[in-house]
Amino acid sequence: MERILELYKKPENFGEIADAEVKKTDYNPSCGDMVQMFVKLDGEKVADAKFKGHGCAISTASASLLAGHIKGKKISEIEKMGQKEIFTLIGIDLSKNPSRVKCAMLPLTVLKQGIKEMK
Amino acid sequence: MIDADKLKGDFPILARKINGKRLVYLDNAATTQKPKQVIQSITDYYENHNANVHRGVYTLAEEATLAYEEARKSIAKFINAKPEEIIFTKNATEALNLVMYAYGMNAVKKGERVTTSVMDHHSSFVPWQVVSKKKGAKLEIMYVDKEGTIPDSELSKLENAAIAGVVHASNVVGTLNDVQRMANIVHEGDGVFVADGSQSVPHMKVDVKKIGVDFFAFTGHKMLGPMGIGVLYGKYEILEKMEPFFYGGEMISEVHEKGSKWADPPAKFEAGTPNVEGVVGLASAIDYLEKIGMENVRKHDLRLLKYAMEKLDEVGGISILGPKNPEKRTGLIAFTMKGVHPHDLAQVLDSEGVAIRAGHHCTQPLHEKLCIENSARASFYIYNDEKDIDALCSGLAKAKKLFS
Repeated sequence: MERILELYKKPENFGEIADAEVKKTDYNPSCGDMVQMFVKLDGEKVADAKFKGHGCAISTASASLLAGHIKGKKISEIEKMGQKEIFTLIGIDLSKNPSRVKCAMLPLTVLKQGIKEMK
Repeated sequence: MIDADKLKGDFPILARKINGKRLVYLDNAATTQKPKQVIQSITDYYENHNANVHRGVYTLAEEATLAYEEARKSIAKFINAKPEEIIFTKNATEALNLVMYAYGMNAVKKGERVTTSVMDHHSSFVPWQVVSKKKGAKLEIMYVDKEGTIPDSELSKLENAAIAGVVHASNVVGTLNDVQRMANIVHEGDGVFVADGSQSVPHMKVDVKKIGVDFFAFTGHKMLGPMGIGVLYGKYEILEKMEPFFYGGEMISEVHEKGSKWADPPAKFEAGTPNVEGVVGLASAIDYLEKIGMENVRKHDLRLLKYAMEKLDEVGGISILGPKNPEKRTGLIAFTMKGVHPHDLAQVLDSEGVAIRAGHHCTQPLHEKLCIENSARASFYIYNDEKDIDALCSGLAKAKKLFS
């Protein structure tokens, strides 16, 4: 929880990547939160990742941590990520808070859509 | 004056602990809790009277039919309508869709005006948007001022509208719209006015004849009744001319191989086996509310609104959406807190046992107009009191500290 609040107040990996191969924006329809994900590739691997947008503490922290986590990872590894990996990343199991699952999953969902569109 | 503490005893769920704390339920604009009298009426129906209505010639079927039709009478009386002007639906959304499909799709012509407002709930906005698109009509949207009220200058958008649908009370800014005046303007151009009363009927005395609307929709679960039961009031002379919405059993007078004739309203619009338990539960809820008196419900809302507006101001960093004058609003307050997302607010409050709503409350156009993404909302009902508002405000103070 502390880490999430910290990242909400001072997000890491926040910003744009002008020449990113993956650029995708999407909204959480239930609350209007917006996340933009940027990924710069080096061959198969992620050279840099950043995010922008506005959202709650959970979606902001999730985007921050996800952008940090995927650096150096292969695209195919990102495609395999799911709820379990996100809960581990943010350090909270939200399986009993279905309304907050959407907040936490928004950055990964946007990222996966962006990867699909790039392909 | 309402004794909320005494009424709390009628609501079994309010004895629940949430995260070890007393449940403070402040999401009544989404759905209210149910008193044991309503729960008991449904149990009693199933334990003693259950049968399909309008069919069998045996005691149980007669009792079920009587319960169903007596409920229609008491619901009609509650809003000053005739029983044959009351159509039971699944919810207010279905009631509004019924008007859109069975009236709007036939009456609206190409190039005509269809009017709604930016503060309308999606259920009273999207149907009019769709009918205007499908029929090539022009959708007019009445905008709000900074206080979340529709200024007089916007009312000209109602002139000569073929159909206009507006919320009686907003579920976000809380504004009470002068639907009587709006209906008059629409009637001058021979159009039809539809009001969504989902947030007004539970909170005040509504007289559909006095306000003069053609259609009026509301839902049972926001006024102590069960989920899955809604009501559409329609002026009989309009209902008579309308085509059905659903086809099937119960809504016919004659069926032959070559064609069928429809039953008279309201049966014409109630195809299939209805939600009898819902109707019985709603009648019981109305009975409960009438014992309290709708004037007292309104007074109680005003008392809580005044108190909550003062207390929220004391927390600091909070902006309240909607009119500053409590008299101009129904019993709810939506707000934002600087630097804290409404979802996070709701979660911190939940850890204190306080249930509020966070999001865009199915009013995206309004939030866009107000230039906010979302908001938090506390909404009151008869069992809420000053202690509940104190719990809300101390939870908000905690969230403010956590995020500062």
